[in-house]
Amino acid sequence: MKGASWLSIGVVAAMLVALPLLLTSNVALNFITFAGIITLAAQGWNILAGYGGQFSFGHAAFFGTGAYAMALLQVRLGLNPWLALPIAIAIGGVVGFLIGALSFRARLRGSYFALVTLAFAEVLRILTNALSFTGGAAGVLIPLRVGSDNMQFRDARVLCWLVLAFVVGALCLTYAIARSRFGAYLVAVRENEDAARALGVDTFLVKLKAITVSAMLTAAAGCLYAQKSLYLDAGIGFGPWISIDALLAPIVGGIGTVFGPLVGAAALLGLGEVTKTLIASLTGGAAPGVDLIVFGALLILSVAFAPQGLMGLVRVLRPASKGGA
Amino acid sequence: MLKPDIIIAAVANGLLTGAVYALIALGLTLVYGVLHIINFAHGAILTAAMFAVFVCHQVFRIDPYLAVFVLTPLFFGLGYVLQRYVIDPASHGNDSNILLVTLGLSIVIENALLATFRSDTRSIDVPYGFSVLEVGPLLLSVPKVIAFVTSFAVAVLLGLLLVKTDTGKAIRAVAKEKAGSALVGISVEHIYAVTFGIGAACLAIAACLLMPTYLVNPRSGDAFVLVAFTIVVLGGMGSIGGALAGGLIIGIVESLSGLFLGESLGQIGIFLIFILVLLVKPTGFSGARV
Repeated sequence: MKGASWLSIGVVAAMLVALPLLLTSNVALNFITFAGIITLAAQGWNILAGYGGQFSFGHAAFFGTGAYAMALLQVRLGLNPWLALPIAIAIGGVVGFLIGALSFRARLRGSYFALVTLAFAEVLRILTNALSFTGGAAGVLIPLRVGSDNMQFRDARVLCWLVLAFVVGALCLTYAIARSRFGAYLVAVRENEDAARALGVDTFLVKLKAITVSAMLTAAAGCLYAQKSLYLDAGIGFGPWISIDALLAPIVGGIGTVFGPLVGAAALLGLGEVTKTLIASLTGGAAPGVDLIVFGALLILSVAFAPQGLMGLVRVLRPASKGGA
Repeated sequence: MLKPDIIIAAVANGLLTGAVYALIALGLTLVYGVLHIINFAHGAILTAAMFAVFVCHQVFRIDPYLAVFVLTPLFFGLGYVLQRYVIDPASHGNDSNILLVTLGLSIVIENALLATFRSDTRSIDVPYGFSVLEVGPLLLSVPKVIAFVTSFAVAVLLGLLLVKTDTGKAIRAVAKEKAGSALVGISVEHIYAVTFGIGAACLAIAACLLMPTYLVNPRSGDAFVLVAFTIVVLGGMGSIGGALAGGLIIGIVESLSGLFLGESLGQIGIFLIFILVLLVKPTGFSGARV
């Protein structure tokens, strides 16, 4: 597997669509839906960081914007969720554009860019937690009104399919970007920004486009999260957990690859569940944070031993198996 | 509507807190100045140190001001080992890798504390916890005054260490010219690890100074880490004097924005300063290196 192709994306899409038919228990459906949402958020991070080399530590800013816009458009303005969804994604894009315009205009790179995105996410978290418009510390509740016209489905599989449709869309988008001229510019910026500029690439514009697309994908993840849980507070929407998940999944799965975020999210969340179950059965009680200890250790191990992530390991193993045959 | 003496009291309190912030930022800025990396695990190491003070007090009945003599060398060793045997080998000398590895470390440390101590907020009871000092119209908390004085003393000692000792000279040499230092026989990995150790030792001292008046839970470090980054950016990455001045300013800003904006919005002042400084003048008000 040298990389993705339309064929491989088609095969993965067919497998994803089949999943809710094969695994119908509520636990499994919840897991798939949640993993899909994380994949979507992570794919957003991957476009900016994996392809463009701009490491954000604050993708929660976009996830939370999407989630809160989705909830508030319904609760405060009475919009239908199917209408709220594209608007919320667009608002996420605008926030991404603004943060990108400010940070890239100031020529923030590397650690500085990571820190400033983190600070933006924190500012949004504090504001959301303090303002009454957003429900303050009590959070915001989307009223339960089951009906497919209201994007609240009786059958949990439908929301799962909606999420998976977005995941497939994100795979196609990432692949299309990777093959486009814009994608080539993006990789050029990642590899050597000064050289890219010297060759006539408008690096500011390229990065600005990338962060806008990236923010829209991550905002879409937030929208779907809001619609799934029907409840948000500042810690859920803008908390550091989502910034960390969004960067961890691509790094573990394979940074700057089309399938990396999907593979990484599935592997991470699967491992997290296994760890929690294992610790609970060993110690006879749930221990908070053990799954995150594993995530943190995985982050260090990935950076140290598998810089191309799981996708890289697949690539390393393939020639060996061919040679053996 | 607000009496001037309330504002003066808030400024005085902010200055006292700011000195400890400065001490926390000192470790961060030193590591940045020498290794040119941002240590994302700084806050988590501080939280670990605060829990270490807590354990010393609850289990061994050691006063925080005595624990400093045990914990400072302990955390120096811990920092040395972390840098030399975890961060350095894992990151292959790549800056964004270092950021990710230290982020990974902070996740591991924070959640290990969460799994061990649970999310309860802890504090320690010391007889002098609430004693105050009267200075003119001001009532100053004694532990905070001790923290203020000690923080400055540590900053001066650190400055002397860098200027007078061979290790300090080696640290400054590595900060300026890595390859050249290696050529004249300085072990760069060793100096990196020593610097990281000094950073962790500063945190151990800060933890001992904080615990008599502060609460700790496994997420405490999060709040401090952004404050420390703000100070470092404000004071100029790598500058000791800048960190001291930045710490005092941030202490005052936090105290005043808490007074005017209230508890929940109060923290926002620091982040806004942080973003503004990064966007407008990322070199801070003194761009000098260690």
